[in-house]
Amino acid sequence: MEKIREFKEWFVKHFDDFEKNLNGEKTPEVHKLRKDALSKFKELSFPSLKDEEWKYTNISPLLKYNFSPVSSGKKVSSELIKKFLFDKMEHNFIVFINGRFSQENSKLLALPKGVIAGSISDAIKEKNPLIEKHFGKYANLSDQIFTALSTAFTKDGAFIYVPEGKVIEEPVHIIFLTSNGNKKIITQPRNLFIAGKNSRVTIIEHYVTENKGVYFTNTVTEIVAEENAVVNHIKLQEESIEAFHIARMEVDQERDSNFTSVLFSNGGNISRNDFNTHFNDEGGECKLNGLFLLDDNQLFDAHTLIDHAKPNCSSHEHYRGILDDNARGVFNGKVLVRPDAQKTNAFQQNNNILLSNNASVDTKPQLEIFADDVKCSHGATIGQLDNDAKFYLNSRGIGDEAAKAILLHAFASDVIKSVKINSVRNYIEEILSKRFNQDDL
Amino acid sequence: MLLEVKNLHTSIEGNEILKGINLKVNAGEVHAIMGPNGSGKSTFAQVLAGREDYNVTAGEVIYKGKNLLELKAEDRAREGIFLAFQYPVEIPGVSNVNLLKTAVNEIRKYYGEEELDAIEFLSLIKDKMKIVELDESFLKRSVNEGFSGGEKKRNEIFQMAVLNPKLAILDETDSGLDIDALKIVANGVNKLRSKDNATIIVTHYQRLLDYIIPDFVHVLYNGKIVKSGGKELAFELEKKGYDWLKNGSPKAIAG
Repeated sequence: MEKIREFKEWFVKHFDDFEKNLNGEKTPEVHKLRKDALSKFKELSFPSLKDEEWKYTNISPLLKYNFSPVSSGKKVSSELIKKFLFDKMEHNFIVFINGRFSQENSKLLALPKGVIAGSISDAIKEKNPLIEKHFGKYANLSDQIFTALSTAFTKDGAFIYVPEGKVIEEPVHIIFLTSNGNKKIITQPRNLFIAGKNSRVTIIEHYVTENKGVYFTNTVTEIVAEENAVVNHIKLQEESIEAFHIARMEVDQERDSNFTSVLFSNGGNISRNDFNTHFNDEGGECKLNGLFLLDDNQLFDAHTLIDHAKPNCSSHEHYRGILDDNARGVFNGKVLVRPDAQKTNAFQQNNNILLSNNASVDTKPQLEIFADDVKCSHGATIGQLDNDAKFYLNSRGIGDEAAKAILLHAFASDVIKSVKINSVRNYIEEILSKRFNQDDL
Repeated sequence: MLLEVKNLHTSIEGNEILKGINLKVNAGEVHAIMGPNGSGKSTFAQVLAGREDYNVTAGEVIYKGKNLLELKAEDRAREGIFLAFQYPVEIPGVSNVNLLKTAVNEIRKYYGEEELDAIEFLSLIKDKMKIVELDESFLKRSVNEGFSGGEKKRNEIFQMAVLNPKLAILDETDSGLDIDALKIVANGVNKLRSKDNATIIVTHYQRLLDYIIPDFVHVLYNGKIVKSGGKELAFELEKKGYDWLKNGSPKAIAG
């Protein structure tokens, strides 16, 4: 308890310093949100295993540390950034180093007129009316202490706006690089993506690190898909095995919008992803896919909520996990079909492979249906590598290691193939090949 | 001699299935092993291929002068043993071409040879596809997933053609096939026959043996080979049925 109190007070204490260092970002609207969030942060307590939503995820290891905020912007070489780019593809990428936008490391090719892709800090300073309209409107604070922390310390993050009718063919790749030396730092990217009516965009949130070791990423992403917009969201979490990663994504879907999410995670010490989408009007579709690969003592928790508030929407969700050693996984997929939401289609699937006797998964599908004319299904499996398939491959001259790699690849492929961009898919495939060809996984 | 099985006993979960099998196979020969359901035919095929679920409790198997039972399944395959599965396994997400390419290169690595590049590999398999009349779209499909019975068995023979084994074991390759598929499969096997390799056909029915003429026929019953003879033995079995074995004392038949 003492530790938890200290953890909290540490941030409260730092708020004054943080506030002093804000310049143009201290607009009245946003700063009010910060201060309200700080009070909320003081008032709320950190979740424990007694909280239903955190039943399987003990975050006390996180609360043992005092993470220092990073004040000034850091620069890195373009060589380092290149390591995280997809297969020589000419694409738009924006880079955040320790949570701060780095203009020098970013490269924005010609974007359609009116499109904004950059730093939310700039958007706040420029008093972009979209900030007032959307910022903090979707990631509410009730019972969300980590969001309160993020909002209180709102400083920088990615801001993307695609005006009505605009189409960005190439993905916008956002690299969040932690370059912490040996310091235990906290970075809190705060992102807002707005896709206007009839627009189309692919956004990739890519969390990477230059160093091993302990650090804390606490990130909140708000996404608005206006009428008939198509938004593809990919999140790649390639962090230090000792990192803590708490993330929340809130998606607002308007009429006939289409939202696709693919989460690929290599895990960290503790990773928690809360992905929530809300159908605010009819005709929307969303797909949530995820793949996580864990070993050692990693803990990964995917919590999703699909809120069918309106009729005639459909959702498909498919998460897969591969766990080795003492790794633990949690999948909690809630589908809420409200009384109005007739003709809802909601399908959910979670499959896991355990490669060791000590790995475990808690999977919890939660269907709450209050409408009567709907089609909903869910399924969950936890198993081991298929011995018949392995013997079949062995009997063709394929050794154990290669057979295992082939089968794990096949298991992962259902999710991987939902990534429609070849170069990104190849990038993920490469990570998989490296992982699967190690002896210990 | 290519293969010599001496007094082979195996069990699974404490149940003895094979109770002393003796068999000699030379290069260039085709042997048929026939028997009723539950006689141990498939067990025998799988034990030769290296399935680890079975315990060998007694006996030995010498293959190319080596103790076969000491080799892992993949090494047996690399040494030239091929099992065409009775129930080929479906592996969603793994394409046929990926499986074969990995297999061919794993075997080449075993012999210290360089891996085939994509062009060399494709020319190898395109040639072999003709043997079982498969078209190219087949290569991209997931291994056996959604295949008809005939396609699965043709796929087995196609893999066999690519891997070019010394000793092919066909486990019930004919069962469940319509006559066209049966002819394609049998034709494939016949094309692959040579004086350097041998085939063991495990089957319940005599039908396949109309198309692949065996040099020897063995009758397996209750875990033992109770009678051996030439191809005419298959006709006799077909005519009299397996009840002939069950009713008579095995000793009398063996004699």
